[in-house]
Amino acid sequence: MTSPPGAHLPEHPDFLWDNPEPKSSYDVVIVGGGGHGIATAYYLAKVHGITNVAVLEKGWLAGGNMARNTTIIRSNYLWDESSGIYEHSLKLWEGLEEDLGYPILFDQRGVLNLAHSLQDVRDSVRRVNANRLNGIDAEWVDPAGVKEICPIVNTSPDVRYPVLGATYQPRAGIAKHDYVAWGYARAAHAMGVDLIQNCEVTGMETSGGRITAVETSRGRIAAGKVALCAAGHSSVLAEMVGLRLPLASHPLQALVSELLEPVHPTVVMSNAVHVYVSQAHKGELVMGAGIDSYNGYGQRGSFHIIEQQMSAALELFPVFARAHLLRTWAGIVDVSPDASPIVGLTPVGGLYLNCGWGTGGFKATPGVGDCFAHTIAHDKPHPFNEPFTLERFTTGALVDEHGAAAVAH
Amino acid sequence: MNLRTGTGGSIDRNTLLHFTFDGRAYTGHPGDTLASALLANGVHEIGSSVKLGRPRGVVAAGSEDSTSLVQVEAPFSEPMLLATTVELHDGLRARGLAGQGRLAAEPDPARYDAKHEHCDVLVVGAGPAGLVAALTAARSGARVVLVDEQNQAGGALLGVDEYLDDRPSAEWVADVVAELKSTPGVLVLERTTAFGMYQDGFVLALQKRTDHLGFAAPAGVARQRVWRIRTRQTVLATGAHERPVVFPDNDRPGIMLASSARTFLHRYGVLPGSRAVVFTTNDSAYCAAIDLAESGVDIALVVDARPEAPARLAAECAARGIEVRAGQVVTGTEGSGRVSAVHVGDTRIACDALLVSGGWNPVVSLFSQARGKLRYDAELGAFVPGGELSTVRVAGSATGELDLTACACQGRDAGLLAAAAAGFTSGGQVPLPASDSRCTARSGLVLWRVPGDDDASFVDLQRDSTVADVLRATGAGLRSLEHVKRYTTIGTAHDQGKTSGMIAAGIVAEALGVELAEQRPTTFRPPYTSVSFAALAGRDRGDLHDPVRVTAIHPWHVAHGALFEDVGQWKRPWYYPRAGEDLHTAVLRECRATRESVGMMDGSTLGKIDVQGRDAGKFLDMLYTNMMSTLKVGRIRYGVMCGVDGMVIDDGTVIRVGEERYLVTTTTGNAAKILDWMEEWLQTEWPHLDVHCTSVTEHWATIPLVGPRSRDVLAAVAPGLDVSNEAFEFMTWHDTEVAGVPARVCRISFSGELAYEINVTAWHGVAVWEALMAAGEPYGITPYGTETMHVLRAEKGYPIIGQETDATVTPQDLGMSWAVSKKKPDFIGKRSFARAENNRTDRKQLVGLLPADPGVLLPEGSQIVETDRLPEPPVRMLGHVTSSYPSAALGRTFALALVRSGHERIGETLYVPVEDSLVPVTVTESVLYDKEGARRDG
Amino acid sequence: MQLIPCPWCGPREEAEFHYGGQAHVAYPEDPSALTDEEWARYVFFRDNPSGPFAERWSHNAGCRRWFNAVRDTRTHDLLAVYRVGEPMPEVTA
Ligand SMILES: Cc1cc2nc3c(=O)[nH]c(=O)nc-3n(C[C@H](O)[C@H](O)[C@H](O)COP(=O)(O)OP(=O)(O)OC[C@H]3O[C@@H](n4cnc5c(N)ncnc54)[C@H](O)[C@@H]3O)c2cc1C
Ligand SMILES: [Zn+2]
Repeated sequence: MTSPPGAHLPEHPDFLWDNPEPKSSYDVVIVGGGGHGIATAYYLAKVHGITNVAVLEKGWLAGGNMARNTTIIRSNYLWDESSGIYEHSLKLWEGLEEDLGYPILFDQRGVLNLAHSLQDVRDSVRRVNANRLNGIDAEWVDPAGVKEICPIVNTSPDVRYPVLGATYQPRAGIAKHDYVAWGYARAAHAMGVDLIQNCEVTGMETSGGRITAVETSRGRIAAGKVALCAAGHSSVLAEMVGLRLPLASHPLQALVSELLEPVHPTVVMSNAVHVYVSQAHKGELVMGAGIDSYNGYGQRGSFHIIEQQMSAALELFPVFARAHLLRTWAGIVDVSPDASPIVGLTPVGGLYLNCGWGTGGFKATPGVGDCFAHTIAHDKPHPFNEPFTLERFTTGALVDEHGAAAVAH
Repeated sequence: MNLRTGTGGSIDRNTLLHFTFDGRAYTGHPGDTLASALLANGVHEIGSSVKLGRPRGVVAAGSEDSTSLVQVEAPFSEPMLLATTVELHDGLRARGLAGQGRLAAEPDPARYDAKHEHCDVLVVGAGPAGLVAALTAARSGARVVLVDEQNQAGGALLGVDEYLDDRPSAEWVADVVAELKSTPGVLVLERTTAFGMYQDGFVLALQKRTDHLGFAAPAGVARQRVWRIRTRQTVLATGAHERPVVFPDNDRPGIMLASSARTFLHRYGVLPGSRAVVFTTNDSAYCAAIDLAESGVDIALVVDARPEAPARLAAECAARGIEVRAGQVVTGTEGSGRVSAVHVGDTRIACDALLVSGGWNPVVSLFSQARGKLRYDAELGAFVPGGELSTVRVAGSATGELDLTACACQGRDAGLLAAAAAGFTSGGQVPLPASDSRCTARSGLVLWRVPGDDDASFVDLQRDSTVADVLRATGAGLRSLEHVKRYTTIGTAHDQGKTSGMIAAGIVAEALGVELAEQRPTTFRPPYTSVSFAALAGRDRGDLHDPVRVTAIHPWHVAHGALFEDVGQWKRPWYYPRAGEDLHTAVLRECRATRESVGMMDGSTLGKIDVQGRDAGKFLDMLYTNMMSTLKVGRIRYGVMCGVDGMVIDDGTVIRVGEERYLVTTTTGNAAKILDWMEEWLQTEWPHLDVHCTSVTEHWATIPLVGPRSRDVLAAVAPGLDVSNEAFEFMTWHDTEVAGVPARVCRISFSGELAYEINVTAWHGVAVWEALMAAGEPYGITPYGTETMHVLRAEKGYPIIGQETDATVTPQDLGMSWAVSKKKPDFIGKRSFARAENNRTDRKQLVGLLPADPGVLLPEGSQIVETDRLPEPPVRMLGHVTSSYPSAALGRTFALALVRSGHERIGETLYVPVEDSLVPVTVTESVLYDKEGARRDG
Repeated sequence: MQLIPCPWCGPREEAEFHYGGQAHVAYPEDPSALTDEEWARYVFFRDNPSGPFAERWSHNAGCRRWFNAVRDTRTHDLLAVYRVGEPMPEVTA
């Protein structure tokens, strides 16, 4: 027997990073060593020449949502503000493998977002049209078109919620999360960034309205600037300087099957039937489940959510019946009121905020890393993250992406 | 040599089962697994490894096996099963896999279901500890559930030929099981794996009910069942898995765990080969050596890594002529395919089986899932439960205890404590069985690997991950086991690292020079063993995936050829095509008939909430943007509701039924949400208000009767009702009889036409509908669906919540400032209207659009731009088309749209990109038909 | 699936309940007297602690009553439930 397709993933390099002791002070301290934190450090060093930087991670590097997400990458969001930052990100994804010199397995296999009601259809067409005018590749495909792109979708009219069509973004796809995080980490480390693991930030010091240092489980670290990239723990960290955020942290679960021969050539998402599924590089089916309703930091969700997920999956993909659930897990997602992120300055001088990405921030990793680094370096938001202020909740200038984001990734 | 022994094992030697593997025919016996039957036939190569394509065999006898992956092809195709867990049946067809399975193309015909079970004590594992625990708890009167993944109870006893209380252990097991099964309130589930352990005693178990029956499986019986067990107390008696030692070329078929070889012998009557080498770090493998020798296997050598072999066991070996070499290790193997020789230092020993024992790993997966803390036991070389949980106890070898009597003793203690904690203290003592076991494994040496060719020393046989990979990972700077797991992929395969995880941890600790006690093991995640998607979906498929809601009149719609639209869970008639009609022609006909004469529709899905109480008016004043308390009894008012953020969430009519009673209607999709919304405010914010809300949606059948001749039709079926404009004013209601049944008739209109909404109890829905059809016949009464309803309302500029709105639209944006009270001091959402963003003049506002070409239909969802040429993206968009229709009344197409500064743009020409062209459109007011409202009174 | 002790019905499966976020956030006496900032705090900003959290649940598929609970968001364990209007009990997490 020969080895099956997808059996070989590229090898990781022989050297990734050192494990230094924290220095007593840094120009920039980034709290949270997930994808966003590491990418921010990378762009700080690469684009802005700021290398006296530490990324502080309470656990193991990129072990939070970065290690737990279903890796869907797309930019077909509704509003101009979102299109700006997500498309910026997608463009960076397209050059990232070369940029990092790391095989990130970015695979532009396209994403289908299914419509199941007449209103879904209207909303989808609206989004496709908006995407196109924003320069984003997008198509509306009818059920036959869905079948052509992904033959295993059940497009027959007699399922509970028939597929009435879909939006399709051909440039969308998936990547391999660990490879992405490690690619950024290796490159950041090579430029002088300290990656410090098992280092939990437990407090922050301010003086005269400016941040001056962080307290950590490995001692006090002085900092010229502090940038929060703590995803699910953002509220807890902001609270340390008395800053309240409009966020709720929820468990979000995902699951994989065992390795299967290729059956699923693209990524399919359905808000109405609550399925998001792709077949990852090795052949496993990767699925995101619905969000658990309650606030929780426990990195575990409730099993009935998984059962609902399975029934939804079989509605759309009857061939999955005898695939097996191999592993389930949960992350902690920081959900904002308008399903859009908060990226920018804070009332505390030198403290920067990047949070609220909720169920969909993996795709933003390069884009937000770049824009957030810019924000930190210039003490001024990058045009792409300018709309995503904390103040928008006061003025009412929300960027409501519930339609496009829902619990979607 | 025949690898099937002459006697013994729990197989039925008198019955032959025929099966095929990789296209070749074989036979086996009832009681066999696919693995045991293949081994008995001398088939050791099951599949091949995923990356290197190296042959893979059977390493373990149970669900912890990492290599014997097969695809079952008949009775029904199923990927990635372990040959060691597939029970043999006649006609089974399977093939070996190279680490990837294949999904069946045809639909799975099997049924699946789920069952809820409540108990006081759940015991997981029916080995000696679990059996004693279950029996102890059962004798105390507790409701006990005992689950075990095997097809029979006994656990580790199934793989040995030991005696308990001086009789074969199987007899003792049978007695315990018999007592359990005859005790009321006790449930014993075989072939049932507890795979997930959640909070509050919630345990999920998968029962395989018919797989072992193969083609004889009865059609009506669910193939697999998910048990949702809610228990007060749990005893985990999940046992221990034997751990291999890693050495160069340790991945050849024929290299098997020693205890598993013993299991194949005693349970299935199958020998691992004719000449075997045993390699161990502890006592337990000696029993395998002795038993196999007694069954005729030539044990070429026992290699014991410890400096000294245990004297008593060494003597027993000597008595059987088995050579024991202590202080040595296996350094390599040979073989093309199956192992053909073993290297011990410079010695080469020819053999066809190598049996390995590196000690035991307690099965702590469920304990860990229950958030139990683990502790590294340095003597055992494994993580063990590090302390009790208040509702979860661990007994037997799952604790790291390997002595049988001690395990049973733990089972008794756990059973007693669990029952007592659940309130059952009268537990009768269960005598502990006395064991004659010769081998305990405590006295082992912890050895992860034998140094040598690291590239050929496999840690995870399924992932082809080697010692070299682990060392490369630590060399790359990785410190955490989670990182090493991801770098090497160890533990990510089908077996989730059951046998490889601990060894990888050991090698990492060695490489980093740290204590394992300081390392955190990788997280155990549900499920313990894999579970088919279909089993988890259970019955919630097809129409049961989400309930289907239909109105009382639904059968009539079906009988009259309606096509349906899904709105929430409801099926609503969309339109009623006649022969040859498409959507547009049918809808034009329905619209025309309604505007010119009379039409009617089924409006029963609109949500209806009965709001009663002294403070009902006050309450509704807070919920609606306009005033409801001033509404007079007998009258009706349209109202809009906003969220606290000031965005429109719903609309509908409110009728005042009495001084303290209103009937509120909601949109079809939002009925439940609005009731919840009301309850939330009432209960959490204003509990002092005397208001009660009840959903009455299903109580009513609601029929809007619409068009200039509606009055005539109504008069015909409601002789007691004065339908004149003076007696029955717009926005009033009357209780009367329609078609002989009590009815409430409201004069409201969502089309601009003279219209009545007839409400009767749902029971009379069809009869009244048919009476109206009959009465309307002279006028060509036409039933219409949601599409026509949408066109008619759009011609009048009435928004549909959810279509014209998207949670970013205020009443003012919809041109409904008239419905926003200026008098009320407060209502939900009011404060948000004062925010900066709400006061921009360039908000998107609802307007009408008329394409310059009256025949051009704008696609709904089109975007709107300002210029007649498209600049390079990003193009500035002014808004989008929310609704668009051809209109019979207007004799042209038209659209509604949300447009930036729309109200100021009336009269302007804008452009709508459609395909590759830009369609010029004129912005108009949203009301396009009968602006004066002349048609309302007929 | 958690078991949630409804103060009216007793312990019931989590799937019967609807979550309502932070408890004890009163609707402002007079919203028109608030600044935009204060109003935004009421509309959008909620506590999101890692640890004991007083929150609201509704027993939607049961008695349909709202009640309050204190739950440890780290473990998801319910520490106390109490009826609307009752003071938050002391809990130890
Ligand atoms: C199941 C699931 C599926 C998802 N699917 C998708 C998807 O398909 N597509 C998509 O785009 N997005 C998806 N997401 C969302 C995406 O994963 C997140 O938005 C994104 O990863 C968040 O950014 P991050 O990588 O920096 O977060 P994380 O990886 O969570 O990083 C935050 C880090 O901060 C650390 N931290 C927290 N507190 C402290 C402290 N006090 N001191 C030090 N360190 C601290 C944490 O340990 C963590 O490592 C999914 C999320 C989940 C959970
Ligand atoms: Zn209740």
